[in-house]
Amino acid sequence: MDRLIFLTLDGLSRGAVYAAFALALVLIWRAARVVNFAQGAMAVAAAYVAYSVTAATGSYWLGFLAALAAGLLLGAVVDRVVMRHVNHASPLNPVIVALELVLLIQAVLGMIYGSQFRPAEVPFSRSAFTVGGLTVLSPYDLFVFAAVGVVVSALAWIFARTAVGLRMRAAAFAPEVSRLLGVNVGGMLTLGWALASGVGALAAMLVIPTELGLHPHAMDLVFVSAFTAAVVGGLDSPPGAVVGGLAVGLLLSYVSGYAGSDLTPLAVLVLLLAVLLVRPGGLFSTVAARRV
Amino acid sequence: MHRMARRGLAIASTIALLAATAACGDDGGSGSGRANVPGVTDTEIVVGTHMPLTGPAAAGYSEIAPATKAYFDYVNANGGVHGRKITYKIMDDGYNPANTQQVVRQLVLQDKVFAILNGLGTPTHTGVLDFLKTNRVPDLFVASGSRSWDQPDKYPGTFGFNPDYTVEGKILAHHIKTNLAGRKVCFLGQDDDFGRDSLLGVEKILGAGAVAVKQTYVTSNTNVGPQIGAFKAAGCQVVVLATVPGFTALSIGTAAKLGFRPQWLVSNVGADHATLTKQLGDAAPLLEGMIGVNYLPMQNDTANPWIQLFTRINKEYNGNAGFNGNTVYGMAVGYLFVQALLAAGKDLTRESIVEAVEKGGFQGPGLAPLRFSATDHSGYGGERLTRVSGGVQSYFGPAYETDEGDGPVNEYTAPAVAPPANGVPTGS
Amino acid sequence: MSATRAVAPPQESPVGAAGRPGAPRRRGGTLLRHLAVAVVAGLLLVGVSYAVEPFRNFQLATVAAYLCAVAGLTVLTGLNGQLSLGHGALMATGAYTVALCQNAFYDRGLTGGWLLPVSLAAAVVATVAVGAVVGVAAARLRGPYLAGVTLAVAIVVPALAVTFDGVFNGEQGLSVPVEPPPLALGPYFPYERWQLWVAGAATLLALVLLANLVGSRYGRTFRAVRDDEVAARLAGIHVARTQVLAFVVSAATAGLGGALLAVLAQSVSPGAFSMTLSLFLLMAVVIGGLGRLAGAVWGAVLLVALPDLSHSVTELFTLSPAAAQRLEGNLPLAIFGTTLIVVMIVAPGGVQGLLSRLGRAVLARWRARRS
Repeated sequence: MDRLIFLTLDGLSRGAVYAAFALALVLIWRAARVVNFAQGAMAVAAAYVAYSVTAATGSYWLGFLAALAAGLLLGAVVDRVVMRHVNHASPLNPVIVALELVLLIQAVLGMIYGSQFRPAEVPFSRSAFTVGGLTVLSPYDLFVFAAVGVVVSALAWIFARTAVGLRMRAAAFAPEVSRLLGVNVGGMLTLGWALASGVGALAAMLVIPTELGLHPHAMDLVFVSAFTAAVVGGLDSPPGAVVGGLAVGLLLSYVSGYAGSDLTPLAVLVLLLAVLLVRPGGLFSTVAARRV
Repeated sequence: MHRMARRGLAIASTIALLAATAACGDDGGSGSGRANVPGVTDTEIVVGTHMPLTGPAAAGYSEIAPATKAYFDYVNANGGVHGRKITYKIMDDGYNPANTQQVVRQLVLQDKVFAILNGLGTPTHTGVLDFLKTNRVPDLFVASGSRSWDQPDKYPGTFGFNPDYTVEGKILAHHIKTNLAGRKVCFLGQDDDFGRDSLLGVEKILGAGAVAVKQTYVTSNTNVGPQIGAFKAAGCQVVVLATVPGFTALSIGTAAKLGFRPQWLVSNVGADHATLTKQLGDAAPLLEGMIGVNYLPMQNDTANPWIQLFTRINKEYNGNAGFNGNTVYGMAVGYLFVQALLAAGKDLTRESIVEAVEKGGFQGPGLAPLRFSATDHSGYGGERLTRVSGGVQSYFGPAYETDEGDGPVNEYTAPAVAPPANGVPTGS
Repeated sequence: MSATRAVAPPQESPVGAAGRPGAPRRRGGTLLRHLAVAVVAGLLLVGVSYAVEPFRNFQLATVAAYLCAVAGLTVLTGLNGQLSLGHGALMATGAYTVALCQNAFYDRGLTGGWLLPVSLAAAVVATVAVGAVVGVAAARLRGPYLAGVTLAVAIVVPALAVTFDGVFNGEQGLSVPVEPPPLALGPYFPYERWQLWVAGAATLLALVLLANLVGSRYGRTFRAVRDDEVAARLAGIHVARTQVLAFVVSAATAGLGGALLAVLAQSVSPGAFSMTLSLFLLMAVVIGGLGRLAGAVWGAVLLVALPDLSHSVTELFTLSPAAAQRLEGNLPLAIFGTTLIVVMIVAPGGVQGLLSRLGRAVLARWRARRS
């Protein structure tokens, strides 16, 4: 029983980060119909900015803010400088360009910072509280939950309650009509990229200290898990991303805890197949698969 | 028919283009008139290596080959070996076996290297063993502790360098048996030959049932919480880690998070304090008391003449890059290769260097014996224990030697040798 | 080998000629024509194999092996519109099958020239089986959901080699014993030339079959399903069956490509078939020119040339050791990343699209001058 509780909490704290990162993927998918394979590399770049700022100022929080700002900016730049000019006639083209961006960003980071692992600081202790002889969550885990919770609620609020959110949704779902109605569709798209990239940067800041450390490839594996989470939840659904992220986190934890670390990839595939063969658009898909 | 001709033309031009790119850029012929040894002229010896310079595995490892090259540059500046300068070609394989295939063939077939030196990685290097054997290329001092390099009958030109993982496991277990008897011992290993061979060594000394909890990890899953949680639940007091540096840091960090503080015993691969400190950052004090093993001088031991020599070379020939265990390793490899070249004599051939290495008897910076003989192609045959104390990793106790079989773990008492005055080995 | 253009009307001008169904002529001649092209290409390849040195022979052989897989993926993704991020895993299936077969033969003391073709055929059969399973699942999924599942496949298959290390020998992998060149070719026949012949022959055979398939009725149903599933269904095409068929065909060539790669390397290990390989295969397909078999050639060349070129680029610069440590490997990747992005923006039709556009422009000018 203790083991089960331990693995559950362990899985949830990891899953919260997957959820945030999956949410970033969902944001871009909804805004631009692109699966942003460069999300991981972009987020790492933002985390490196945080590293530099923290190293220069000695303040974790300044670095944290710098990472979020860098994330937003990088998202906007990627959209304006690169993605805007890609021919979207084939849905594959943006995917390929994103893959090429990964090459470019990781190489540039390698040139600037070298390929060594850099330590990633944490603002709160990672030592877990013990309740009745059972280790539960650490202050840092609570910070992760809180940060992800704030982001999810803030995004929900923006999209549901604000004029900007409404315009972004309109621009994504009916660009031509929105343009006629005076919505700056291009601007909304850039905003979507910036927001998504900012959320990605936040996820990177949260997860890297719990992994091997800061490295140009630090988010490669997180990306795979988060992409899985987004697909399981349904790429059109922000709540789906959150549920998918937590589900993948729990699954990975249970499988490595009870069956063996080497079986985790197989478990992920089984989860994907189990969900998608029943619901081809993910758990939270609203539109059924097109049938004639 | 018109279109078909055009298509044929397209193919023809494609192939012609390929041929053209192929034709230029090769003229690696040796200019020497004497016995035609690839990569060797009267003034030069060309050797090559494959290393991960990019990609996830590059951390740490990418520093090794530049250090070796720096040592060669130092030797070259001091007149070279038998009047020949050593050119070291470093190829990036990104730790991807498919790339290793390409770059090693490029080194051997196109750059016509004399030998492959210190190729890094078990999965990467395993794939080129047959190719190197067929082409009779000496395959010296492979950078990995796999036991595959020690197969003189099957691969007569391949030699190891690192103590193999079983030797390591035996020496760590010997320490447990003599100093930590009665404690509950657990084991975390990488899910490949590294973890397997290491566990084998531990169990050879402690007995098959002595390890209470055995866990493995895969590098594609960076959450070791479940494994460490199992150790804690079982009440492990001693944990042996056969882990790469990233996962050593991760395991120790995760354990601290769970309030679990066993005695850590770490394989040489994952025990470099400088690397771990960098990775753990503020959490580096967790390494206090960690026991590791090593077989080369400690990089922080500034009183050691080898470290003084290597530091100087690092400053002058390696752009004063960060000095750590990998730098020492790279230079030790360079030193051993120069020793082998000298032993092979002025009339250098691929056969003569293999014979020279098999003759053995090399004395260098190592704290343990090199085992080379006609029937043994494994590298260092022992290690000495290290401990982190007050934030400094240093040696304690005697050096040990043993084999990968059922032999005992003995103290190795031969006195340490000092480097030659000018830092270049002399022919013996 | 742009078989896709064979079905397009002769004097076509739009760029999207590849996707144009209709106007099939000279049906019986297609096979002959493809065979003729293959024979010419084969003869050229033999010539080239004598003209260049061993390392280039090996590189070309590797290009041939990758070409198999890339061409298969071109059919699947370019012609049938199914995205697969898992072709590296299918290549691994072929590679491990060939390794297990060859080892089994040699353990039983069997030798002879017929072993390799049998092993290669076994590799294709095994990959077809795996491809059929994945394909059935894939037929239900679209776009990113298909990408997600195939990506998981790309990660699972190499991981299985570690899980079942009793059979596959974990990360270290298996060695693949291969016969030396037949003695009839002389005692000093370079091994790498022989490798090019083997890989080239197998790949040309696969390409001829692919080109015929693409030019046939099946090829047209592939494209119809890609362009509009609803319309295809109305036209009486069984969409799911077509998609599974495309996946199986593509898996077969991927398996052959992986098997050839294993034979060339004389070894197989999971690290060579990582997720990165799958992503690079897709990149090769699109950069070469999506939907064009000829584009696959460029993609395959790129896969092999990238690491080689990256080394040459770094050698151009003389750098201080400290700078070299950082730039080595990274600088070329940055340059290639940038170049490829620019290529994708400037020439969305890939290299082959760019070339045919150039070719048409030159041809038009030449005609204009003549008249």
